[in-house]
Amino acid sequence: MSAPNPALGLRYFRRKAIERLAVGGMLLCAGITIFFLVTILGYVLYRGATAIDWEFLTSLPLPPGETGGGIANALIGSALVVACAAMMAVPIGLGAAVFVNEFPSAGLGRFVRFLAEVMTGVPSIVVGLFAYALIVRPFGSFSGFSGSVAYAFIMIPIILISAHEAFRLVPDSLREASLALGISKWRTIMRVVLPVSSRALLTGVVLAVSRALGEAAPMLFTAFGNPYWSLNLGKPIATVPLLIYTYATAPYEDWHRKAWAASFILLVVVLITSVLTRAFLRGKSNE
Amino acid sequence: MNNESIAVDEQGDAPEPRRVEPMEEQPPTEDIRIHVEGLSVYYGKLRAVKNVSLAIKSRKVTAIIGPSGCGKSTFIRCLNRMHEVTPGTRVEGKVLLDGYDLYGPGTDPVEVRRKVGMVFQKPNPFPTMSIRDNAIAGFRLNGSRDRRLNDEKVEKSLRMAALWDEVKDQLHQPGTSLSGGQQQRLCIARALAVEPEVLLMDEPCSALDPIATAKIEELIHELKDTVTIVIVTHNMQQAARVSDFTAFFYIGELVEFGVTSKMFTNPDKQQTEDYITGRFG
Repeated sequence: MSAPNPALGLRYFRRKAIERLAVGGMLLCAGITIFFLVTILGYVLYRGATAIDWEFLTSLPLPPGETGGGIANALIGSALVVACAAMMAVPIGLGAAVFVNEFPSAGLGRFVRFLAEVMTGVPSIVVGLFAYALIVRPFGSFSGFSGSVAYAFIMIPIILISAHEAFRLVPDSLREASLALGISKWRTIMRVVLPVSSRALLTGVVLAVSRALGEAAPMLFTAFGNPYWSLNLGKPIATVPLLIYTYATAPYEDWHRKAWAASFILLVVVLITSVLTRAFLRGKSNE
Repeated sequence: MNNESIAVDEQGDAPEPRRVEPMEEQPPTEDIRIHVEGLSVYYGKLRAVKNVSLAIKSRKVTAIIGPSGCGKSTFIRCLNRMHEVTPGTRVEGKVLLDGYDLYGPGTDPVEVRRKVGMVFQKPNPFPTMSIRDNAIAGFRLNGSRDRRLNDEKVEKSLRMAALWDEVKDQLHQPGTSLSGGQQQRLCIARALAVEPEVLLMDEPCSALDPIATAKIEELIHELKDTVTIVIVTHNMQQAARVSDFTAFFYIGELVEFGVTSKMFTNPDKQQTEDYITGRFG
């Protein structure tokens, strides 16, 4: 840095000082944000990494008191429950978004969008209770499927809102171009509107999946958890967030370590999903 | 360019100087492709087109001119029922295509738009489709999966739009990779692939440079052997160059309609003359 030029006067230095202060403030804010992210990741890694080994990923939980064992059933269970939830939530969310955006003359569209915004604010424990009343009570048993319904209920508004925003960005001139070719409204939506907004739609779906993957509360009265192998969505099933909750609140030191390890894996899965999605979208845009 | 030179040009190769009064009431003949009778269009309470009647001749170019906001785009959008895509619009009157009422009960707008194609002001190729897929986007809705047939269609429609030689080696590039003028010709090819009887063009050159504009105008001259063209334009020289008939709209009303060479040299109405000579508008 060169020596300050005395001819520039006080106002110059004042301006410079304010500039530095502002930049410094923004750096501080950015730093705090990154600090928390890195701290969470680091702490979870520090507490959990020691418990992660091949056995942890591939074997079943052992009864309390015995060391060893793993969370393989919860990993598979989470994947199953979330996949089943996505199979329900993606078509419903996208379909509703199409309705809201492409048929606006039915004032109902706006109302649906409003409801979706309200739905995102519903506490996830309430969603769990709702799924309990809707599925578990009538069928008389906790089940992976009831957990999927609860997750779907969380995912639908996220998908709906992100898809609606994506559809709004599709220029009307493209819809008109398609309609003017004598292409029906339905085909116009399928062949023009959806492909043009596919990137944003995928981002919304990934966001919804990530959100569901980490929710424990809706699983309490639905999927319930299960210490054994079960791929049956009609029966209670283990999921990672619920397992973390159970293990973290148990009085065993070994289970605490396993809760940390499972948290770490959950974080890594969510992180990898979003990184892969971004990489995929970037690759696609370079085509 | 002044009006006299246009008049000389137009009369020099005017195809049929005998018919001078297309505005007169005539029974539908084979010569007339579209009959518009008492057409009014409303946006909510606003009446954008007021009681317009005119007859559009088969395999001729009809130009619609007039100042901004005079209802010419609204009018042309009624000829293939595109206006109703805009919410809150209403139409009164009749539009007959070969005697068939486009607004009759049970008429499917999707069918209408296959018969009456449209090219828009701004080139709007589908960004997710290649040049090839753009060209046959509308044609494919007939369910054609025959690759050879589709390839033939791609070449034929791109040739008709005078674009084939420029793009034949890059058919799998995205349609949006072309220049503005090429994109507009791609949109024309796309419209032609559906084999419409009428092609509506809503200021097709207003977003293009003069060279691209000249190419489109040349294309219009070639196309009118096979398809009836209605073109909205802000550019009066363009109307004079490309059209056989001209309709002058002002604040939603059809002021005058006639053979282009007469409209541009010896219009019946003072208002038409004022507009054409640039006194207003």
